[in-house]
Amino acid sequence: MINYIIKRIGIAIPTLLILIAVSFYLMHAAPGGPFTSERPLPAQVLANIEAKYGLDQPIWRQMTNYLWGVITEFDFGPSYKYHDRTVNEIIAQGFPITLKYGFWSFIVAIGVGIPLGAIAAIRKNTWIDYLAVGVSIGAQVLPNFVMAPLLIIVFTLWLDWLPGGGWNGGSWQYLIMPVIALSTSYMASIARITRSSMLEVLNTNYIRTARSKGLPTKIIFFRHVLKPSLLPVISYLGPAFVGLITGSVIIDMYFSTGGMGYFFVNSAFNRDYSVMMGITIVVGGLTILFSLIADLLYAWVDPKIRY
Amino acid sequence: MIAINKKKIKVMADNLAESGTGRSLWKDARIRFMQNKAATVSLFILAAIVAFSFIGPYFAVWSYEKIDWNAMGSAAKVGMPSIESGHFFGTDDLGRDLYSRVIQGTQISLMVGFLGASVAVFVGTLYGATSGYLGGKTDQIMMRIVDILMSIPYMFVLILLLVVFGRSIGMLFIGIGLLSWLDMSRIVRGQTLNLKNKEFIEAAQVTGVSDFKIITRHIVPNLLGIVAVYATLLVPGIILAESFISFLGLGVQEPSTSWGALIKEGAGTIRYDTEWQLLFPLAFFVVSLFCFYFIGDGLRDALDPKDR
Repeated sequence: MINYIIKRIGIAIPTLLILIAVSFYLMHAAPGGPFTSERPLPAQVLANIEAKYGLDQPIWRQMTNYLWGVITEFDFGPSYKYHDRTVNEIIAQGFPITLKYGFWSFIVAIGVGIPLGAIAAIRKNTWIDYLAVGVSIGAQVLPNFVMAPLLIIVFTLWLDWLPGGGWNGGSWQYLIMPVIALSTSYMASIARITRSSMLEVLNTNYIRTARSKGLPTKIIFFRHVLKPSLLPVISYLGPAFVGLITGSVIIDMYFSTGGMGYFFVNSAFNRDYSVMMGITIVVGGLTILFSLIADLLYAWVDPKIRY
Repeated sequence: MIAINKKKIKVMADNLAESGTGRSLWKDARIRFMQNKAATVSLFILAAIVAFSFIGPYFAVWSYEKIDWNAMGSAAKVGMPSIESGHFFGTDDLGRDLYSRVIQGTQISLMVGFLGASVAVFVGTLYGATSGYLGGKTDQIMMRIVDILMSIPYMFVLILLLVVFGRSIGMLFIGIGLLSWLDMSRIVRGQTLNLKNKEFIEAAQVTGVSDFKIITRHIVPNLLGIVAVYATLLVPGIILAESFISFLGLGVQEPSTSWGALIKEGAGTIRYDTEWQLLFPLAFFVVSLFCFYFIGDGLRDALDPKDR
């Protein structure tokens, strides 16, 4: 197990470094710098600004400086567009918001998806099964950027139950629609995965043995069926997490929640390179961390896997 | 009861008649696919949508770039769907004909889906087959690279690419195609590992066929079934990714359009009582994706030998 953990971390670190390097070179391969504008600045002024941000140095030098700042002080440098703010401040403002609705979406996706899939598998080929399968396929073709406007139409414009946007410190009225919009498609995928893996488990010989020796259904389910059929779900958690974070771009756009996605899209349109990079690296780091945790969890749950 | 028996007997008789010529894997699969109603219906609907996107323009009264000045700015009152005005699906806020725009969007979205999927299939199949066939250290390194690429948040990198290299549909293809071959390569590698120890591969090795030729002539053709299944599931995934990007305004640029861009426009103007601007593109989008998923499921049942 220790060996496996070390091996997995051995993959995680180069991944992060590659991500940083690639995004850094992409930024610098772009035609036009962050300070090119419609009215060109006088050459001397431009040179001064570039010297201030260290842009006049050779690219490998800039990169090592940046990397050093990120690793030692967790410092992503200043924003190129908002001169009084650093990338750290922007991330500190947006990140807790994304984390909050992301966390709840994750809980909802798992908390609804797994029971839905399990019920569909146990009551296979009944109306409950068809309903669950129908819901999960429906949710898969309605991605978050379709769900978001539909939810606003129904709950804000027609029913006038929920506010159409804003954050307001994350009180529950403002949380409901972002969480629903973000979690549905992952809930659907989790339900589908749970259903198919549980069907597979239910057809195995050891379940038949358990039945034939007269164990009550409840005990069979919780002791023998649940754990093995959740394994594929665990391996899906990594991609689901990435999707939730990516989805925050849409959520922030639609519900004006002001999370990381908002700053990311904004900086993409403003060519605010340092903010884009900072957010990409933080998100990438989280993704890598999360898939690491998911893999370790998998290895821990599944006794067959011994690396 | 008798009717069913008659049907059964007829099927058996057909099978007997056919057994004289022998059934290939693909014919077998086609028969199984046709028995799946949802998949067959989906295939027809999808074919109809594709046909519509090519034939539709001949029936259009307005071209997609022409502006109906009457409807401009007052789409809610003048631009609703009607046969008389020639705007079958209504107009958008700028007075452009939504019928033509939806056709254009359908063409572009489907093209992105198919082309992106073919790039992914091509790269993923070759990569996975090579990795699986060569094995050993090469395999380890190649799969490590896939692992690393997989844990990169690819939508963010794609947005980065589009911002840095300009928003063009070519860049979108490259970005989506290059980032979506990873799953494919894993699946193909797994299958290759199974195939590699079969006798006919050994025979090829003994007769001195080169590695490259074995991969392209003997391994890849045997993988086509599973590749076909995952390719049909890849197309809707890529259409979704493209719509997501276009929805952000980073993908297909005006005057071109795609489903994502149209849905965005429609969703943005929903509060002015112009639901049709959202509903028509949305209907095409949702129905097509449904069809792709059903066809993919049907193909999996027909071609994947696991669940027979």
